[in-house]
Amino acid sequence: MKRDMLIYSAILIIALLLYFAVPKPIAFSPTVSYIVIVLIAVALIYIFIRTIQGKYVGRRIVFLFVGIAVVLPFFMTVTQPIRLSPEVKMVYDAIMKLKPGSKVLASFDYDPPSAPELQPMAETFFRLCIERDLKVIIMGLWPQGPQQAEMALRKTMTFPEAASKNYKYGVDYVNLGFQTGNEFVIQRMGSDFKSMFPNDYYGTPYDSLPLVRNVKNFSNIDYSFNLSAGYPGTVEWVQVAVDRYGLQMGTGNTAVQATSMYPYLRAGQLIGLLGGLNGAAEFEKACNKLGKGTKFMVSQSFSHVIVIAFIIIGNAAFFLGEKKKREKE
Amino acid sequence: MRREIPLIITAVVGIFFVLQYFIPHPPFNQLNGWFSDWFSIIGACAIWLGALNLIRISADKIYRRREDWGYAIIIIISFLLITIIGFWEGNAFRDSGTGFDWLYRFIYTPLSATMFALLAFFVASASYRAFRARNLEATLLLLAAFFVMLGRVPVGDALAGIFHVPESILPSSIATWIMNFINTAGQRAILIGIALGIVSTSLRIILGIERSYLGGE
Repeated sequence: MKRDMLIYSAILIIALLLYFAVPKPIAFSPTVSYIVIVLIAVALIYIFIRTIQGKYVGRRIVFLFVGIAVVLPFFMTVTQPIRLSPEVKMVYDAIMKLKPGSKVLASFDYDPPSAPELQPMAETFFRLCIERDLKVIIMGLWPQGPQQAEMALRKTMTFPEAASKNYKYGVDYVNLGFQTGNEFVIQRMGSDFKSMFPNDYYGTPYDSLPLVRNVKNFSNIDYSFNLSAGYPGTVEWVQVAVDRYGLQMGTGNTAVQATSMYPYLRAGQLIGLLGGLNGAAEFEKACNKLGKGTKFMVSQSFSHVIVIAFIIIGNAAFFLGEKKKREKE
Repeated sequence: MRREIPLIITAVVGIFFVLQYFIPHPPFNQLNGWFSDWFSIIGACAIWLGALNLIRISADKIYRRREDWGYAIIIIISFLLITIIGFWEGNAFRDSGTGFDWLYRFIYTPLSATMFALLAFFVASASYRAFRARNLEATLLLLAAFFVMLGRVPVGDALAGIFHVPESILPSSIATWIMNFINTAGQRAILIGIALGIVSTSLRIILGIERSYLGGE
């Protein structure tokens, strides 16, 4: 354990040195960015040739390349065309159809580990709601959800177009906070919001908040948007609020979870789906509000290409190994 | 009676929750609210129970000098630090600029994001070793993974564009088709299987046939 502690301390010291010593922001010019891409490609071709020669790479090399593919694009000035998928367009269209003043329920059912994927969606969602003059009611089935919403709102308010709208707490948006009970919270909200949220996130009584004073249950909500990273999340919202109370719902999910949402999407139970970071980037494009999702997507593109390259290398090694085995036999 | 009373409670609550779904009228809807409130109360108590249990297990680990007991000290210090600061700052503990907010934004958020980010390395390593075209099924899985991975990032279409690939067979179009049809069909099959399993297990529990949740033999 002493060795581990020494390694962690060394990493911490290096990180602190880099933080204070390196000028910010670091950005490679497009030429340097393309040179870096070419160098990575050449390195991958070299590994492929070595594999064909029978010299296989270990997993440490794979880790190194994935690390490079994830980190370097943060400093690159490379753009990539983003195509809009039908499921993302559904979310955008559903929000655009709402009249100004419509009430939108936003449930934040995730915590910081999933924030890189879901936080960009949250920020774009708030920016669009503020632009469209929609009233947003925030809540969370995960303890950290409402805090993530606060962080997204703070970030959103730094954009001039959002700040100029003078969005007021209690009138234009409220944060009802977290309530324990998973799907039972949703079920109780079907009959009475106040029973689950007698006070908001800041301890203000429900009836003192003008926005929600007349909101009794889901029948007073025009659209809902769920950001989910697991249980409780979109599945529970669909099974209880959508199926039983007819709530109109769109969702943003982590990429891992998004695949299991397609049956609900295809059945019309979900009105739109933002899947992972790609969904976040597409949503930003649809709203014409480019942000973190679009920026981080370069990293994701690189890492996917690297993984695919290593799958090809791995298969080359596999077939060569099989061939040698047959020759020995 | 130690076994009969929990069995009766389970049966009554189980039957009630089935009935209330189909009869949303008094007294079922009122009782539904009552039971749901109790669920929230028990859930809130469970959070405390979990926290205290974490402290007990960590303290025991330190006391007995078990493997990696140093990490248990970090757990206890972190737990106490965030709890004390949270209580100290009162109702406004989550406001911007408070100590709790600072810990949340600059310690908890990056640490937990780092843990989740490790997944990228494990997925890459697992893909490298597992996605091998050993037989027909493995090849199909490999091809699906290839197109979904390439189709879910913009660079996939950009690379295909270099070779003037028609729009209908762009990686993103193929990935969308896989997700909408093959994935949906598979997910539906799994969902139906899970639902049937839940119904049968729930019935066994409500009727008292399945008793393993009570513990003991």
